[in-house]
Amino acid sequence: MFGRLGFDDLPTELITIGGALSMVGGLIAVTAGLIYFKKLGWLWRNWLTSLDHKKIGVMYIAIAVIMLLRGAGDAVMMRAQQALASGDSTGILSSDTFQQVFSAHGTIMIFFVAMGLMFGLINLVLPLQLGARDVAFPFLNSLSFWLFASGFVLINASLVIGEFSAAGWLAYPPLSGLEYSPGVGVDYWIWALQISGLGSLLSGINFLVTILKMRAPGMKLMDMPIFAWTVLGSMMLVIAVFPILTVTLSLLALDRLMGMNFFTSTLGGNPMMYINLIWAWGHPEVYILVLPAFGIFSEIVPVFSKKKLFGYTSMVWAIMSITVLSFIVWLHHFFTMGGGAKVNAFFGIMTMVISIPTGVKVFNWLFTMFRGKITYSSPMIWFLGFIATFTIGGMTGVLMAVPAIDFQVHNSLFLVAHFHNMIIGGVVFGYMAGLTYWFPKFTGFKLHEGLGKLAAWLWINGFIVAFGPLYILGLMGATRRIDHYDASLGWQWLFIIAGIGVLIIGAGIATQILQLGYSIWKRKELRDSTNGDPWDGRTLEWSTTAPPPHYNFAVIPEVKGQDSLWTSKQAKTTTKQSTTYNDIEMPKNTDAGIKLSAFAFLIGFGLVWHIWWLALIGLFGVIIQTILHLTKDDHEYTISAKDIKLHEQHRLKGTSL
Amino acid sequence: MTKPHTTNHEQSLDKAKFGFWVYVMTDCVLFATLFATYAVLRNNTAEGPSAKDLFSLNFVLLETMLLLTSSFTYGLALIFAKQNNKKMTINWLTITAMLGLSFLAMELYEFNHLITEGHAWSASAFLSAYFTLVGTHGLHIIIGLIWIFVSIFRLKQGTLNIKNNNSLTMLGIFWHFLDIIWIFIFSFVYLIGVAL
Repeated sequence: MFGRLGFDDLPTELITIGGALSMVGGLIAVTAGLIYFKKLGWLWRNWLTSLDHKKIGVMYIAIAVIMLLRGAGDAVMMRAQQALASGDSTGILSSDTFQQVFSAHGTIMIFFVAMGLMFGLINLVLPLQLGARDVAFPFLNSLSFWLFASGFVLINASLVIGEFSAAGWLAYPPLSGLEYSPGVGVDYWIWALQISGLGSLLSGINFLVTILKMRAPGMKLMDMPIFAWTVLGSMMLVIAVFPILTVTLSLLALDRLMGMNFFTSTLGGNPMMYINLIWAWGHPEVYILVLPAFGIFSEIVPVFSKKKLFGYTSMVWAIMSITVLSFIVWLHHFFTMGGGAKVNAFFGIMTMVISIPTGVKVFNWLFTMFRGKITYSSPMIWFLGFIATFTIGGMTGVLMAVPAIDFQVHNSLFLVAHFHNMIIGGVVFGYMAGLTYWFPKFTGFKLHEGLGKLAAWLWINGFIVAFGPLYILGLMGATRRIDHYDASLGWQWLFIIAGIGVLIIGAGIATQILQLGYSIWKRKELRDSTNGDPWDGRTLEWSTTAPPPHYNFAVIPEVKGQDSLWTSKQAKTTTKQSTTYNDIEMPKNTDAGIKLSAFAFLIGFGLVWHIWWLALIGLFGVIIQTILHLTKDDHEYTISAKDIKLHEQHRLKGTSL
Repeated sequence: MTKPHTTNHEQSLDKAKFGFWVYVMTDCVLFATLFATYAVLRNNTAEGPSAKDLFSLNFVLLETMLLLTSSFTYGLALIFAKQNNKKMTINWLTITAMLGLSFLAMELYEFNHLITEGHAWSASAFLSAYFTLVGTHGLHIIIGLIWIFVSIFRLKQGTLNIKNNNSLTMLGIFWHFLDIIWIFIFSFVYLIGVAL
C-alpha cells in the first residue's frame, strides 16, 4: 500500500531529529500564525494565486532565503565536523550523515538558493527594465514558480521522512545506482531536481520570449540594459542545457526504477557517460547563474559612478561569447577521465579562452569607475568584494585549466575553494548587491546602509578566512568530502581557521536578517523620498513609482537609445506626465499552477517511495489539470482607462484609494 | 516590439507561437541527448543480440509510412481549418488520429515482442538506450494524440475557434516535429542498425 514507506523511516539520529523537528515546527508555527491572524485567504488571493511577476519574484526570493539558512546550517555542520574529526575524535556527525549533509548543501545552494535568487531577481526587474507590463506568459511563470516550490517541498520532506542522497551534489554513478545506494535518498534528489528543473526550463522559454517580443517600443536589442542582455544569454543556456539535465536524471531514474543499464558497471552500462552528460548541463549552469550577476554589477557600477557603462558593445559581445564558449568546456571537470592528451588539451585551451571575455568585463567595470563620481554605498561594497574574490577565483580556475595541474588537485579542497570563489564571490555577492539595489523599488524604502555595509564586509572577510585555508589544504593533499583525517597530517589548525571563517559568514547572514528586520521597523525614516528613483538610476525600472502598480506602467514608455531614463532626465522631459490612458489587459489570478505542481509533487513522492497508485493519481491530475487550463479561454481581465486615471492620480500623490 | 496595427490578441498569439517554437527546440535538445546516449551504447550489447539481430526493416517501414501519412493528413486538416470547414477538419483530424494510433499499436506490438523474446530493457545497455529513445518518441505521440482528441472534441463542441486560433497550428508543429524525429530514429536506429 505505501511502497517502501514505514514508521522506521522517521529520523533516529539526534541531528536529523533536530532538523526534522525544526522543519515541522516551523511549518506548524507559520500555518497557526496565518490562521490566527486570519491571513490565509489574503495570502491565497493576493500572493499564492497571483500571476504578477513582482509577487512571484518575491516568493522565489522567500524560498531561496529559507533554503540559504538550511544550506548555511549544513556548511556549519561540515566545517565543525572537519575542524574536530582529527585523530581519535570522530567529530559530531556519523559518516553517513556527513555524506548526506554535503550532498544536501551543494544541491540546496545551487538549485534552490542560487537559482531561486536568480529567477526572483529576473522576475522582479526584467519586465520593468524592458518597459513591459508582465512577462510573455504570466501563467507559465506562476507554474514555473510552483514547480520550483514543489521541488523545494520534496527536498525538505527528505529531512523528515526517510533520508537524503549521500552521493554528492551531482550523484555520480555507480555510487548513485541501485546497487550502492538502495535507499530513497538518491530518489529524493532525482525527483526534487527533476520537478524544479522543469520549472527552470519553462522560465527559460518565458524570459527569452519576453526579451525578444515584449520590449517597449523603440528599444532595440542594442539599447537594452546589460542586465537584460545577461538574462538573454543565461536563458539561452537554460533552454539549451536543461533538457540535458532532464534526460540525465530520467536515465538515472530508469536505472533505479526499471533495472535499466545506462550507468551501471554491468551489462554494458557506462558510468562515465553520466559524468559527461551531467557536466554538459552543469558547466553551462555555472554561467546561467553568474551571467545575471555580471548584469547586476553592470547596472550598479554606472549608477554609483555617475557614468555611462564603459564599453557597452564589448560587454554585449563578451556576454554572448561566454554563452557560446560555456558549451565547450565541460570536460575540464574530469580531465582525469583519461580522454587522452588531445581531448584534454582542447578543453584546457577552451577553458583558458573563456577567461578572456570575462577579463573584458572586469576591465569594463573598472574603467567605468575610472574618473567617475563614486558613491561607496553597500551595493558597491559587494562589487568591490566581488572583483577581488572573483579575480582570485578566476586565476585559480585558469591554473586548474592546465590538465597537468588538474591531475594533481582534482577532487581536492583546492577545487572546493576555487568554485566557492566563483559561486560566492561571483554569484552570491552579485545577487546580494542586486537585492540591496532593487529593494527600494519594490518596497518604497531602502535597506539600512550601515548594517548592509557591515554584512557585506563580514561576508567578504569571512569568505577569505573560510576558503583561503582550503586552497592550502588542497595543495597539501586534503581531498574533498573527508569526514576524518589523521592527526599527524597537521591539517587541523587550517580546518579550524576555515571553521572560524564560516562563523564570520554566518554573522554576515545574521546581520542581513537584522538589517531586513530593522529596515522594516524603521521604514518611515528609510522611506524613498523620490518615490521610485532613490539612486538616480539610468534604466526604465526607475521611471515608475515604488512600489510599481501591478500594471507597472500606466502608459508604456517610448524608448530612444541606451539609458533612456537617464537621457530623458538630462533633457528634463520626464516631469511631464502623459494623461491619455488606454484600457489595460492584465492576466487573472489562477490556482492552476499550484494544482499542477501539487500533482507533480504527488508523482515525485510516489516515485521516491514506490507508491505507484499515488504517482498515477499525480499523473492523471497533471494531464486533466493541463487540459482544463489550456482549453479555458478566459484568462484576462481589463482595467478601464478611467480606473487607471483614478488610480494614477492617487498613486502619484502618494495616497491610497 | 509593438507594431502599430496589431491588436493585443494578435500579439499574444504571435508570442505564443514563438514560445512554442522555442519549446520544440528544447525538445530537440532532449532527443539529441537521447540519440547521443544511444550512439554511445549501441554496441554495448552485453553479449546479447544487437540491432542487426532484432529489427525487421519491413515492419518499421510500415510504421514509418503510417506516421508520414499522418503528417500529410494533418496538413489537410489544417488547410480545411483555414477555409473554415469544420466538418472536413474534424474528419481529417480523426484520420490523423487513427494513423497515429496504428503507429502506436505497432510500436507497442514490437516492444511486447522484444520483451517476450527475452530482450527487455534490462538485458543490456543497448536495449535500455533503444527502449528509452523510441519509447520517449512514443510518449510524445501519446501526448499528440490526446491533444488531437481534445481538439476534435472542442471543435465539435464549438469552443475552439477554428480560424483565429493557434492551437491547431501549434499541434501541427508538434506533430510534424515528431515525424522528423521518427525519420532520425528510422535512419539511425533501424537502417544503420540493420546495415552495420
